[in-house]
Amino acid sequence: MTALLSISGLTAFYGSVQALRGVDLEVGKGEVVALIGSNGAGKSTLMMSIFGNPRARDGRILFDGQDITDMPTHEIARLSIAQSPEGRRIFSRMTVYENLQMGAAVAGFAGFEANLDKVFGIFPRLKERLKQRGGTLSGGEQQMLAIARALMSNPKLLLLDEPSLGLAPLVCKQIFETVKRLNEEEGLSVFLVEQDAHHALKLAHRAYVLVNGAVTMSGKGADLLRDPKVRAAYLEGGAH
Amino acid sequence: MARLEKISSALREAALATLIVAGLGFPIIAYRAEPDFNNALALLGRWPLFFQFCLAAFALRFALAFWRGGAAKAPIRERLWRSPRWLGPAALIALVVYPLAVVGLLGPQAALKWVDTYGVQILIYVLLGWGLNITVGLAGLLDLGYAAFYAVGAYAYALLAPATGLGFWALLPVCGLLAAFWGFCIGFPILRLRGDYLAIVTLAFAEIVRIVLTNWDVVTHGEAGLFGFPGLNFFGLPFIPGPRGFAAHAGLPFAGVHKLIFLYYLVLILALAANLVSLRLRRLPLGRAWEALREDEIACRALGLDTANIKLTAFALGAFFAGVAGCLFALRQGFVSPSAFTFSESALILAIVVLGGGGSQLGVAVAAVFLVGASEALREITFLKSVFGEGFDPAQYRMLLVGLAMVAMMNLRPRGLVSTREPTIKLPAGKIAAETAS
Repeated sequence: MTALLSISGLTAFYGSVQALRGVDLEVGKGEVVALIGSNGAGKSTLMMSIFGNPRARDGRILFDGQDITDMPTHEIARLSIAQSPEGRRIFSRMTVYENLQMGAAVAGFAGFEANLDKVFGIFPRLKERLKQRGGTLSGGEQQMLAIARALMSNPKLLLLDEPSLGLAPLVCKQIFETVKRLNEEEGLSVFLVEQDAHHALKLAHRAYVLVNGAVTMSGKGADLLRDPKVRAAYLEGGAH
Repeated sequence: MARLEKISSALREAALATLIVAGLGFPIIAYRAEPDFNNALALLGRWPLFFQFCLAAFALRFALAFWRGGAAKAPIRERLWRSPRWLGPAALIALVVYPLAVVGLLGPQAALKWVDTYGVQILIYVLLGWGLNITVGLAGLLDLGYAAFYAVGAYAYALLAPATGLGFWALLPVCGLLAAFWGFCIGFPILRLRGDYLAIVTLAFAEIVRIVLTNWDVVTHGEAGLFGFPGLNFFGLPFIPGPRGFAAHAGLPFAGVHKLIFLYYLVLILALAANLVSLRLRRLPLGRAWEALREDEIACRALGLDTANIKLTAFALGAFFAGVAGCLFALRQGFVSPSAFTFSESALILAIVVLGGGGSQLGVAVAAVFLVGASEALREITFLKSVFGEGFDPAQYRMLLVGLAMVAMMNLRPRGLVSTREPTIKLPAGKIAAETAS
């Protein structure tokens, strides 16, 4: 399996505070990779660093063999990496349709209709809400919209930051199932940052555990799920 | 019994309001500092005026509390108001007919004021409002220094017209482009700023422009300003009496209002063009990117939009229209000086945009008519002099009017006069309804 995204020795700072301490990580083609960790471990920072904000101070980030470490954010986004950022960040005063159009801004409007149909196939609910403003959707629908918006650019790699944030367990499960389907049917590679370790590990082919800005463990999702240390720290509510 | 209670609660509220007015008014109304013979400041008591204010506050607050029952405030009921379809064409026809009707009714001499002050001036502000609406309303970049670009346009015309010998048709786009260029220049250093910080820097930029215009005597003649530059002509025919003028060629008796009517239509056409451009742009990817930028900058970047470019174009295009408006201002006044481009000018234009409801074209136009027209109308109310005495100048109170309008807006229509944001894409209703039903 060739690596689609490969990160080596990545460090990042907020001012003088070090958030990432030499992270090595790989996402292969057609793989679902999860990154789990507690609050403040640096999960979202890692996700944002791939997009150059905060910029990596050391280390290299390669996407599809291309060095993207020092590229401007918007150019990275044009390389068929799509992101569904933490907190969803949909355009709340614009309609669902307009939100989806913004997602296609990079890919151009050539395959717009086809993409729209594809997205509606995955999230039929959005089709019903097409003319509604983003801000009037429920939390789950907003998350669907955020993912759908990211998919509108025909990405090879989807970065998902905390898709379960603030969602009811049932809706959460639905979202994870959709991600799984996207991976299996469309061959989409997914890099998932998640607090909900149980669901994330069940879904992921491989996973990394991030503690204080460094990867402490990695392995197959199913293996980590059984690992006593992971269980104690992230699954059974114990302290590590 | 209930009535008595109502009165007593209203009285209490009125007393409180009076106390506040007394406290606020004591230092600014009760005493006035004036220099005496020795140029030392002497305090003059103005107690009657002070008590008038207190009494007025008491009476008004009592009436308000009594009629509203002093009860809990009614929830804001903001109905979505959609402008009826006939409104646009009707307003357009009214605007086209207006100057001719005024001249026909009042004669060319009395119509001067109506075409100039209430026509051309208001339309220039509408144009400015629509321009700033691109920056503030659509792209969400708070610009407190819009008058700087207005000044650039006005001075560009006043300086270039005599120097190059070009007519205003050629200079109009030049003025716009120069202002847009300055829009770019101010845009670059502030790309990283947002919200309050952005506002402060634009404010400072406007002050820099104004102070340079004031002090660069060699070029701008400082406070004295520039005048005597070539004015308007009708496709080569100057608006002058005598055989070479426009009136003689058109077979009309000469009247000063001809020039103003021509200017009126010129401003009207340019304002409509600005409106058309912003309406069209909203449907293009660029316009939608502006709105997306206003909603969430980080999401924009994550979707691959170059936010720097989007901000710069919003700034430059807004500035372009200000430059055009500045050129028209110079043509109208025949005189430009830095005092026309102070912060209060920026504030007025911003107030027009905010009152109009950010992003709404019609609301901005209505707000411009109201704010500019009403403050001009205040000058006309001469009968108030018989009430408040000879020294009373109603025009002094126009900022009070702006304040009142703002307070009224906050209470009645907190999202602007016309608060609906039309989606840029109207989906064919039948198609979607059928699809969602299936």
